[in-house]
Amino acid sequence: MHPTFTGSSTSFPGSLKGDVILVERFCLQKYKFSHGDVIIFRTPTNQKQLFVKRLIALPGDWIQVPESSEILQIPEGHCWVEGDNPASSLDSRSFGPIPLGLVQGRVTHVIWPPQRIGQVERKMPTGRISPY
Amino acid sequence: MAVGSRAVAWLAGAARRIGSVPWRNISAEAVDRTLLVVKAACFAHVINSYVVSLALVRGPSMLPTMNLTGDIIAVDRVTARWGTVAVGDVVLLRSPENPRKTVTKRVLGLEGDAVTYIVDPHKGDASKTLVVPKGYVWVQGDNIYDSRDSRQFGPVPYGLIQGRAFYRVWPPEGFGFIGQKVTSL
Repeated sequence: MHPTFTGSSTSFPGSLKGDVILVERFCLQKYKFSHGDVIIFRTPTNQKQLFVKRLIALPGDWIQVPESSEILQIPEGHCWVEGDNPASSLDSRSFGPIPLGLVQGRVTHVIWPPQRIGQVERKMPTGRISPY
Repeated sequence: MAVGSRAVAWLAGAARRIGSVPWRNISAEAVDRTLLVVKAACFAHVINSYVVSLALVRGPSMLPTMNLTGDIIAVDRVTARWGTVAVGDVVLLRSPENPRKTVTKRVLGLEGDAVTYIVDPHKGDASKTLVVPKGYVWVQGDNIYDSRDSRQFGPVPYGLIQGRAFYRVWPPEGFGFIGQKVTSL
């Protein structure tokens, strides 16, 4: 998710080298998300691992899968997530659309380190989805 | 003039009475009681989310294990969090088709298992076999004639499992542990 977030590059647990983010969970009442939200979710391949990616497509959208010319429709109850740094991001391009039930919250702010404090913006890459 | 002085006297008396009420004690007690209620609510919430909770399950997809009109069951939240759900467990999971709906099904296959299922029991015995991918589970309702489960929406990620149903609390006739019947229908 570079440059939106700086991940901690060491694998030592408890190290605070990476950004600390604020996650709001009110969105889980109605599971209402917008395109371009950054969300945190359990990965489909390992329920103990959490990923932070950007929501690109919601149920019913048609999305153009990058690096292949196929267009696929997101099934109901699922969503398509992608990292901001496509060169090194394990996301829906590898594991496909994920069920919305795996989402654990929406990222609203970066709260540490102090020079990176600020709101996380909702931005959508253009030309990826069409609603019909 | 007598009326005026009587009113003033009454007001002074009222002010004295109000002043003599032990406000500090009452407010301290009110804060204490409120804190107790808040603590109890926090405790109940933690138990409900992380240890055991109750759920009302309805619908035909788990007959005969669960009633059509509704059973109240105790759901253990610890097993799912620790990753120790086993084949034959009845689990509550968020539906992959609608995250606002929680469904109850039985786990018939964990990651790496080969699952054989009858595609459409209304239309004969044709069956398919597949291997459950890593991180996913295969769930089916006990009533395969009227259940929307992995036969329609495929294996579900383990992360969707909310808890394991282990005891039926209501109705009283059905009181007891929920069995680990491993069905090979």
